[in-house]
Amino acid sequence: MIDDAITRHVARLARLGLTEDEVVRMQHELSAILEYVDQVQGLELADIVPTTHAIPLSNVLREDVPTPSVSAELALREGPNVTADGFTVPRMG
Amino acid sequence: MALTDFSAEEQIAAVVAGETSSVELVAAHLARVEHDEWNSFLAVDRERALARAKEIDGLATRPPLAGVPIAIKDALSTRDLVTTAGSKMLEGFRPIYTATCVARLEAAGAVIIGKTNMDEFAMGSSTENSAYGPTLNPWDLTRVPGGSSGGSASSVAARQVPWSLGSDTGGSIRQPAALCGIVGMKPTYGAISRYGLIAFASSLDQVGPFARTVRDAALLLSHMVGRDPMDATSLEWTEPIRVPSATRLDGVRVGVIEELMSDGIEPGVRAACQSTIDMVEALGGTVVPIALPHAGYGLATYYLIAPAEASANLARFDGIRYGHRTADADVLLEHYERTRAEGFGPEVKRRIMLGTFALSSGYYDAYYGQAQRVRTLIMRDFAEAFAQVDVVASPTSPSTAFRLGERTADPLSMYLSDICTIPISLAGLPSLSIPCGLSEGLPVGLQLAGPAFSENRLLEVAHALELAIGFDDAPQGVGV
Amino acid sequence: MSDVQWEAVIGIEIHAQLLTATKMFCGCALSFGDPANTHTCPVCLAHPGALPVVNAEAIRLALIAGHALGCEIPERSVFSRKNYFYPDLPKAYQISQFDEPICGPGRFRFLTEDGEKFLGITRAHLEEDAAKLNHFGGEGRRADALGSVVDFNRGGTPLLEIVTEPELHNGTDAAAFLKQLRQTLVHLGITDGSMEQGSMRADANISIRPMGVTTLGTKTELKNMNSFTFLERGIAAEIERQIGIVESGGTVTQETLHYEPTTGHITSLRSKEEAHDYRYFPEPDLVPVVPDRGWVDEIRAALPELPVDRRDRWMREYGLTFEDAEVLSEPAALGDYFEQVAAVAPPKSAANWVRGDLRAFLRERGQEPWESDVPPAAVAQIISMVEAREISMPSAKQVLAHVVEHGGDPKEVVASLGLGAIQDESALIAIVDALIAANPEQAAQLRDGKDKLVGFFVGQAMKATQGRADPGRIGELVRERVAAS
Repeated sequence: MIDDAITRHVARLARLGLTEDEVVRMQHELSAILEYVDQVQGLELADIVPTTHAIPLSNVLREDVPTPSVSAELALREGPNVTADGFTVPRMG
Repeated sequence: MALTDFSAEEQIAAVVAGETSSVELVAAHLARVEHDEWNSFLAVDRERALARAKEIDGLATRPPLAGVPIAIKDALSTRDLVTTAGSKMLEGFRPIYTATCVARLEAAGAVIIGKTNMDEFAMGSSTENSAYGPTLNPWDLTRVPGGSSGGSASSVAARQVPWSLGSDTGGSIRQPAALCGIVGMKPTYGAISRYGLIAFASSLDQVGPFARTVRDAALLLSHMVGRDPMDATSLEWTEPIRVPSATRLDGVRVGVIEELMSDGIEPGVRAACQSTIDMVEALGGTVVPIALPHAGYGLATYYLIAPAEASANLARFDGIRYGHRTADADVLLEHYERTRAEGFGPEVKRRIMLGTFALSSGYYDAYYGQAQRVRTLIMRDFAEAFAQVDVVASPTSPSTAFRLGERTADPLSMYLSDICTIPISLAGLPSLSIPCGLSEGLPVGLQLAGPAFSENRLLEVAHALELAIGFDDAPQGVGV
Repeated sequence: MSDVQWEAVIGIEIHAQLLTATKMFCGCALSFGDPANTHTCPVCLAHPGALPVVNAEAIRLALIAGHALGCEIPERSVFSRKNYFYPDLPKAYQISQFDEPICGPGRFRFLTEDGEKFLGITRAHLEEDAAKLNHFGGEGRRADALGSVVDFNRGGTPLLEIVTEPELHNGTDAAAFLKQLRQTLVHLGITDGSMEQGSMRADANISIRPMGVTTLGTKTELKNMNSFTFLERGIAAEIERQIGIVESGGTVTQETLHYEPTTGHITSLRSKEEAHDYRYFPEPDLVPVVPDRGWVDEIRAALPELPVDRRDRWMREYGLTFEDAEVLSEPAALGDYFEQVAAVAPPKSAANWVRGDLRAFLRERGQEPWESDVPPAAVAQIISMVEAREISMPSAKQVLAHVVEHGGDPKEVVASLGLGAIQDESALIAIVDALIAANPEQAAQLRDGKDKLVGFFVGQAMKATQGRADPGRIGELVRERVAAS
């Protein structure tokens, strides 16, 4: 049910570089898992409201009052490739 | 008896009585942490732990947790203390802030001694998916401690710490607690702030305690619950968590989940759980069988919802602001694909793929949408059950600790390890596992769960059963 | 060549940064022009374990905007994750709203020279802005850069995205709509509306179809036009481009385009990238927003008069032209000033004086009426004196100039400068007679029917009286006296 093209498409969406071997293995494993989870497809659920939160809450908001930001030094501390101006990234394409 | 054999409660009492000090406690536990034959720990914070202990010993009024040491699952952010979530992606990563629950424990006088091993990004049931090698079960070094919070469980079982923190998404506290013969609790979803818990599946993740006694678990929990302005899903907690003292179960109705006492469960596990359930009536309670008709769909539902949320939660690991970054990629796409291919392990990749697929155009309704609806049905099953009973009981894990490598080749067989814990996670309910005996020399866990916010009653029931069971075994070569 | 008449179909998407103190989902203060990465925290840097919490003020501003756009306010709204990788999006998902936005369908009324028009509003929803990418190498443009540096100060700024129905048919109406939408949002304190600084940005979805056809053609998206003029011109250029393609036998491809205002060229922005699949799903870290109905009604009741209603009222009740009303409505403070003058003086004259001489005189001093020391009552008084023929128009300008320069009560200024109109009829007749006598040639021509020469005599009379005569009366006297002489 998951073919090679879907596997590659999904890997691209997820920005996961897979080797050719991984693509084959992933295709098999995902197919097996999906075959198992497909049992939910058989249920008649049209009238059932989906649950996104187990404990229903609403209107949990924050007052619009500033809290201290971190220093630029701390913000950049863990960056693997930074300059004083920020985090560097390679060109777009 | 060594200091490290004391429960946390006993250690606090000893400090308060002046019989020992925080420094002594921390040093004694550090000695066991630093001879870590189980690979429980990924980071040890020796200097700061000792400094903090000294500081607490110097206080005129001791804080409630009196400088007793604790281990923290590496999924929780600890400022300046390396936090990897068991992933190569975060090798050497020093967080810039501390998780709310950890900060609360520190404020209450707990001393963080180190960070514990786990399945990478909490994805797994054996701790074999750690990028830093598996954790070994203190009861049998050829077996897994369960997971994903395996290091937190083994560290408590092996008396490296009296208690620890884990996180539970589909069973990651309860299942390793069962496999390591200790107490592990996942409270109601939202009871403990998730701020600083590296997210796996946001709608399911909960922090919780590991301890060797129900009372210790309750004590630790009592210092963490309550609303946090940094987590919009955290709950106001109006009734404080009490340390339980019940010895009887008068009037308590215990429901046994029929679907989880059946063929899929190892006979030895079933027998140990049954003998505990058999004690209920003698303690004044009643036992009724209950049905959860949709529990059987739990695993399938979980393996759609959790990977879907995870696929988004793990997208932030892009090699730009922190963490692993591939060497010299020329263009952005290559940078992303290589960084993530190199940083993530196979199980994480599998779940990102599964979750991305389940959310992708054309499949959302059939998979993620459908799973959220099944979740509603499972919640209804529990609501109906709790109209009849106060707590439900089942085995925590269908088997005792399995051998290293036994389930790594087949992802589905590994996923089945969580079949008993997952339905409760999907419903957001409080639940804990207590040791209830041995099967072929390995510990068995009994899982108890109650309605949302019923932590205090659940803890009382667990305490009464714990006393009745009298589980006092410890791994060989550990403890008394 | 075909003789098909084409109709363009245009919808607009507007992103407006909200005037909150802090970001959408964390407590970092909003910043403009501060050093890079000084307004960040674990949340807006998307550090592991950090969680979003919704800014209550953003909800309030969105509800105000919703009312102003004539939108329904649904009972609840939810946030969703919109997933895509880009370096300016630290979580690799934008928290936005998908199927349950804060504001539902509405209708926005705006005015054009052809009368009032309505544009359907599909929805308005809240989301977070992206961070800023600064490209280096090449010429600093994305296309030929060697790389980029990310500054997360802007990341997480609250945005209101407003989506219109595809109901516009030309760039002129699109610009008129956007101008008045901006005016409304600024007036209500929702955004500062600066298009140059990017706090308000507009994209246009454009397609064409043969006139009379009701289905939609393939649309293109024209991105980020940062002025009303560019929006108008960009849309016109894109319509022309599409007609050109179709009439030469081609088909329009769905793509994102950039209009370069300096050259008028339209270029494709992301033709190479794969089709987007945003994998929206409800944000599990946030809970639904269910606005209290009482609160929603309170906000609606507290809504001030909207700019469109004010302009409409001026045109209906004051008889102002479309253009007068447009000029006086921006900014709102000018409109307030005008209304204070118009409350006392005839509105049409008030409009002329406020937008004309008053503003011109004050501008020379670098001031605007509403921030000046000239009270609206003084302007009204000058107008009243003109109306009562107590001073002439030229004198009135002198009085106004004096009041702008030195302040003072207009009546006293008239007295102290001796600018009161010469009311004595015999004095005026004497002046006119003297002028006729001094200019016999012109008088003769006037008598022969060269009526234009009245102006000559009026001018001379005004000069002789230093502007204190009523030019209308002088004109009448010139005709009478020339005829009689």
